[in-house]
This record gives sequence, C-alpha cells and structure tokens, in this order.
Amino acid sequence: MERRSKETLNALAFFSLLLLFVFQFTLGPDRERLAAALPGILWLGFVLAGLLGLGRTFVLERENDCWDALLLAPGDKSAIYVGKLAGNVLLMLVVETLLLVLFTFFFNVDLAGALPALALVVALGTLGLAAVGTLFAAMTAQVRARELLFPVLLLPVQVPVLLATVKATEAVLLGEPLSAVAHWLKLLVAADVVYVAAGVLTFDFLLES
Amino acid sequence: MAADPLIRVTGLRKAFAGHVVLADVRLEVRAGEAVALLGANGAGKTTLLRILATLTRPSRGTAFVLGHDCARAPERVRPHIGLVAHGAYVYEDLTALENLRFWTALSGLAADGAVLARALAAVELERFAGERVRTFSAGMKRRLSLARFVLSRPRVLLLDEPFAGLDQRAKKWLEGYLEAFKAAGGALVMATHSFGRELALADRIVILAARTIALDTPRASMGAEEIARLYRLHTEDGA
Repeated sequence: MERRSKETLNALAFFSLLLLFVFQFTLGPDRERLAAALPGILWLGFVLAGLLGLGRTFVLERENDCWDALLLAPGDKSAIYVGKLAGNVLLMLVVETLLLVLFTFFFNVDLAGALPALALVVALGTLGLAAVGTLFAAMTAQVRARELLFPVLLLPVQVPVLLATVKATEAVLLGEPLSAVAHWLKLLVAADVVYVAAGVLTFDFLLES
Repeated sequence: MAADPLIRVTGLRKAFAGHVVLADVRLEVRAGEAVALLGANGAGKTTLLRILATLTRPSRGTAFVLGHDCARAPERVRPHIGLVAHGAYVYEDLTALENLRFWTALSGLAADGAVLARALAAVELERFAGERVRTFSAGMKRRLSLARFVLSRPRVLLLDEPFAGLDQRAKKWLEGYLEAFKAAGGALVMATHSFGRELALADRIVILAARTIALDTPRASMGAEEIARLYRLHTEDGA
C-alpha cells in the first residue's frame, strides 16, 4: 500500500529536506564544527524521520478499522510483527539513503570512502530502531495520546542503539577501520537480536492485551 | 438427543471500570439456528458479540464456541468464527482480490488465484476483483468481508447490525447468504435494535435489557407486533 500511495515516503523525504535546511543554517560553513557534529546530526535526522515513519506503522489498521481483523486472523501473530518490521526497515533505509545523499550535497562532504562501513552501521542501527519502534507502535496504536507516548517510550529504550551507532559512525567517518569499533558493533548486534526476539515473542501477547 | 450447542454462555458478567454492562448472561445457540439479539443502545449486544469473538474478555463466567473457551483458548475459537461488525475489515487502498490474498496469507489458508476468484464469485464480486475497495459501496464492502468466510468456512457467524446501511438489493443478497449459511448448519448471532430482516431470519428472539437476558423465546411463536410490544416492555420499562 505504501508503494502504491507513497504517502509516508513523500512526507518523510520532505521532512528530511527541511531538517537538512535547519542543520545547514545552524552549523554554517565551519568544516571543523561540522566534522565534530556530523555523526550526531546524521543520526538525529535518522531518528526524527524514523519516529515519524514508525509512529504510522498501524495507521492503516486504524484508518480501515482492521485492528480487530488482525486479532481475529487465526494465524501466527508474530508474522504480522515480522512483516511490519520488514516494511519499516525498508522504508527507513530508503529515507536514510536519501538523507545521506542530501548530506553530501548540503554539507559538501565526501562519504564515498566510508560508505561500506557506514552502510553496515546504518543497517544495524536501523534494525534496532525499527524493531522496538514497531513493537511500541503496536503497543500505543489503540491508546489516546499515542503521538506523545510513542517517542516517550521509544527513545529511552533506544539509548544503547543510539550510543553505539553514533560512536561507530563517528569512527567510520574519521576513516578508522571497523575493527576499531568492534565493541560498538557487538553491542549493536546484541541489541538487535534482543529487540527482534522480544518483538517476535511478545507481539501476540501485546495484540491480545 | 440434541447436539451440543455451538455457542454456550453461562453466568457471563462484564464490567468496564466498575460499570457493569452484562450480568449473569446465559445463552445457547445450536447448529442451524439464528438468534436475533435485540436491545437498546448500550444494552451490551456488541460487548456480548465481542466476547464471543474473543476480542473482549469476560469479567466472570464463561463463553464457549464449539467447546472452546473464548477467554482461555481464543486461538482455538477463531478458526470457527466470523465476525462482521460495523467496519468491513478491509483495506480500502487494496483491490478486492488483494484484500482476500492478504487475509488468506494472514490466516495461513492455502488459496490460489482460482480459489480466491471462486470466493469473490460466491459474493458476486468477481467483476470487481481488480478494483480498489475505496470505490465500493457499503454493500459491496460487506460482501467482500463475507468472502473471507467463504474461504475459512466458520461454523459461527457473529453479526453486528448486519443490514444497516445496505440498499434493498444488498439486503436481499445478504438475507439469502445468511439463510444458506444457516441451512448448512452454521449458527448465527445477529445483534440489532431494528425490527428488519434480522427478525425474519431469526429462529429465536433474545432481548438484552437491564444488563442481562430479559427474554429468550422462539421466533415462530410471535408476530412482529408481539415482538415490538415485548421489546418496548423490556427496553423502556425494564432497562
């Protein structure tokens, strides 16, 4: 449905563009300041765009009154989680790729050399962010003030992922090898495994309650 | 000896935040039987349907569908029930065929293109298979919703105001569909507060009032005027 309407993708692309304008305006042309802030603002952009996209995970079920239909389907509910997670990861990766391209253009930075390592860090970070985001989106889908609750619940849980991704991105952008940030990558992998497993195992219970 | 009822509700109570909606509800529905569940707004008809559909847990008492406890074993109940509520449970931006394909995948049902096409034909939507549901009328959406049950073949259909918002043609079609479902041995529970076609289909009239079942009587024994009189008696004086 998203592929057909591109509703969320278009909104996130426009949001990313606005975000970059603000960053560009705030940081100015100072290269040193930019280099120090780049990993942080890169992930700030990813997280803000991710929050908007992840918060809409179950908007189609709400709009089409299909929440009960998901519950009543006799199949394995964890398949719904895995499907929603895959969709979110794909959407976030598309937006993040767009953000990276715009970053190189707006800030005149060359990311080509760091791209393979950066792609790994971004992929691991995105999976962690989307795994918890998809679960919390389901948790808050049927409550009032969900727009407020969703980021309030999500961001504290994301601290290990954000810490590891920002540190690993910083090292990668400085040209350090991945082995230099192996401990952060291990933390990311561990967080991803724990978050995805928690999502698969608890999604059924979460839908029922 | 009569067969075991497909639905058996005993001592059912449901309260939301201390507000009692249902109290000591007892109900049995057998195969091939249709029950019209009458009651004023807020009488608990939808709550009772949602408990039977495993979407709401009772505060006390039990509800069994085909011998499975709705609260303790919802996953065993769900393959046997079909719920048609106010929403049609279809995605408006998908086509009719895509909706069915999505639903069969979600339910773990094996259904190829030919089977899906037959299900659409059974609800007279085969000509609209490739059209987005957004363009459908309320009657077409309800038919598409029922097409899911052509595939999953539930034994129990739970319907909340099934004829509301439908034109005469759609009502006639739905009436025929439900008659056929009943004749095939299915059990129907239709919640309504109207005296329309639901009553013509019903074998029993059940009136919910004052949080419990105030009247449970065979339809055949009463005329429409008698039903209306009893309804008024229970929902206006007794509720």
